[in-house]
Amino acid sequence: MKIAVCLKQVPDTEAEIKWDIPSGTLKRDGMDSITNPFDEFALEEALLTRENYDGDIVAISMGPDKAADVLRNALALTVNAVQQVSDPAFAGSDTYATAYVLAQAIKKIGDVDVVFAGKQSTDGNTGVVAAELAAILGWSQLTYVAKVRSIDAAGKKIVVERAIEGGNEVVEAKLPAVVSVIKGINEPRLPNLMGIRKAAKVEIPKWNAGDLGVDAGKVGAAGSCTKVVEIAVPPPRGAGEILKGEIEDIANALTDKLIDLKVIK
Amino acid sequence: MANDVWVYIEHKDGAVTPMSFELLGIGKTLADGFGSSVCAFVVGEKADDIAKDAFAYGASKVYAVEGAEYKGFRADAYSKAATSLLDKYKPAVALFRATSQGTDVAAASAALLGFGLCTDTIGLAVDGGKMKMTRAAFGGNYTVSVVNEKAIPQIATVRPKAFAMPEKDASKSGEVVKEAFSVAEADLNTKVLEFIQSATAVNLVEADIIVTGGRGVGNEEGFKLIKELADLLGGAVGASRAAVDSGWIPYEHQVGQTGKTVKPKIYIACGVSGAIQHLAGMRTSDCIVAINKDPDAPIFKAATFGIVGDYKQVVPKLVEKFKGKLGR
Ligand SMILES: Cc1cc2nc3c(=O)[nH]c(=O)nc-3n(C[C@H](O)[C@H](O)[C@H](O)COP(=O)(O)OP(=O)(O)OC[C@H]3O[C@@H](n4cnc5c(N)ncnc54)[C@H](O)[C@@H]3O)c2cc1C
Ligand SMILES: Nc1ncnc2c1ncn2[C@@H]1O[C@H](COP(=O)(O)O)[C@@H](O)[C@H]1O
Repeated sequence: MKIAVCLKQVPDTEAEIKWDIPSGTLKRDGMDSITNPFDEFALEEALLTRENYDGDIVAISMGPDKAADVLRNALALTVNAVQQVSDPAFAGSDTYATAYVLAQAIKKIGDVDVVFAGKQSTDGNTGVVAAELAAILGWSQLTYVAKVRSIDAAGKKIVVERAIEGGNEVVEAKLPAVVSVIKGINEPRLPNLMGIRKAAKVEIPKWNAGDLGVDAGKVGAAGSCTKVVEIAVPPPRGAGEILKGEIEDIANALTDKLIDLKVIK
Repeated sequence: MANDVWVYIEHKDGAVTPMSFELLGIGKTLADGFGSSVCAFVVGEKADDIAKDAFAYGASKVYAVEGAEYKGFRADAYSKAATSLLDKYKPAVALFRATSQGTDVAAASAALLGFGLCTDTIGLAVDGGKMKMTRAAFGGNYTVSVVNEKAIPQIATVRPKAFAMPEKDASKSGEVVKEAFSVAEADLNTKVLEFIQSATAVNLVEADIIVTGGRGVGNEEGFKLIKELADLLGGAVGASRAAVDSGWIPYEHQVGQTGKTVKPKIYIACGVSGAIQHLAGMRTSDCIVAINKDPDAPIFKAATFGIVGDYKQVVPKLVEKFKGKLGR
């Protein structure tokens, strides 16, 4: 079985965020970066799938040079191959442009049975790249996956549980499929020292726009149709009121205030 | 008609709730800005009953694709059908709720049309003939506004409860436009085998009241108190990641950056410190109550009302008072 996993590098949540205001893009240099937390679950699911069914894993990341770090981390966790996708022309890509580039890379890799991705990235936070990727490729679109029940590469079939509002939906789908996973699907493992040392020496292969034969009009800031026009700091919530006094009085006051909102039925 | 604003009506096997029609309100506001009308569109086995409700909530027209293959939700079938409608009628805007179904259809439809979209928006306005879409970024520390200059339609998913529910007027009616579009079973990728109802049936996203427990709740036992208050108020139980990771409560209750984004009318946080990743999921709630024994906990900065104290004393007192005042 050929397994692909999409990993995105995102700024560390604790890092100070710097925006490039005129272009509306993030200034990614100089920020601490990590693998998107949801993608760690995707990577772990790829590793578990290989353990259960055999196969090869290729990890893919689209991003600037520095994004090679997330692929190195994946190598340390013993993925079979990595592929960076990088080109100055990709900068400022919106979700469609990103999904389109990833789709081109997956097609170029060829014969992929299942692509794992995260539910969403913590920087873009859009949570749609995996669904768009499935639609562009014409593959099964399996989002919010909380459990992979079985994969039958020969029979071209996968059964998953999708955690949607009110419960889990059990879905059988054709392969190839794009599976985006939620937290809780597994417990991501950590790389060991030997893996990290080995990975440090590997040259990370890179494809650019030309290698992928992407249509330049569809990618990057120029090709993206959603444009950032304004970045603002939301107005602070009105200074809250700390209720003081004896617990009896506080509870009285608070319950009155909440009942007055006429929300409690 | 060109320039119309379309609202996708989600349903589960034909069943709708009033929330399914939520976006017809903001849809109408946008349509007024464009000088056009708000319409609903629906994909399902049968659309007539859903259409009747859509008119009652303000749609002037309903576009529908019907067919046996659309009985239960399937991303590929629904997206192809939705795309056929959007492609034929080319409305200016298509709005979807940022639920699992809404997001799935919006993303796939945008991709099939070859465009990007804006997800989980919390602000929508007409600006220079286009729709300006505002969403939270970076844990809600920033808001980012986006326009889609090229796409027809401009697609957005909208955070549930970000906009007021429109009034229902059952006397209203309108025209249902049915479009023939079918997909052969053989061309569909997925089949739903069963639905496993969650034991706790949490639907945090739709809840008007959420009572959340954090690490400060101490243990699984502590969540009984949280649940008692939530049940009394007809609300849902939320949790911080720390509480979920401690194994006190399942992940489906988690609120925050790696959990659910919620916007209830009342959010009561008990023993939650208010880390940026937690705030990211709940800071747009209408009224936030924080109960924490540390007066310096960051949650108090986001709270409408704060109580400095031990939740083990405060929550039972609140339960007692509510019981008395609400007569329960
Ligand atoms: C990438 C990433 C993603 C994350 N995603 C999420 C997410 O989705 N959701 C989320 O919640 N967190 C998330 N976190 C974790 C987040 O940073 C915090 O660690 C977490 O929210 C802390 O949970 P807490 O407030 O319950 O616990 P703590 O921070 O430990 O706070 C417990 C609070 O309880 C108070 N307390 C203790 N005892 C009592 C008592 N008896 N009565 C009243 N108060 C008491 C304490 O004063 C303290 O303020 C994420 C972190 C990262 C790095
Ligand atoms: N630049 C990228 N490179 C690789 N994978 C990505 C990239 N952007 C998004 N993804 C994948 O798509 C998922 C959803 O991302 P998003 O739609 O940005 O929230 C992520 O969890 C990744 O698995």
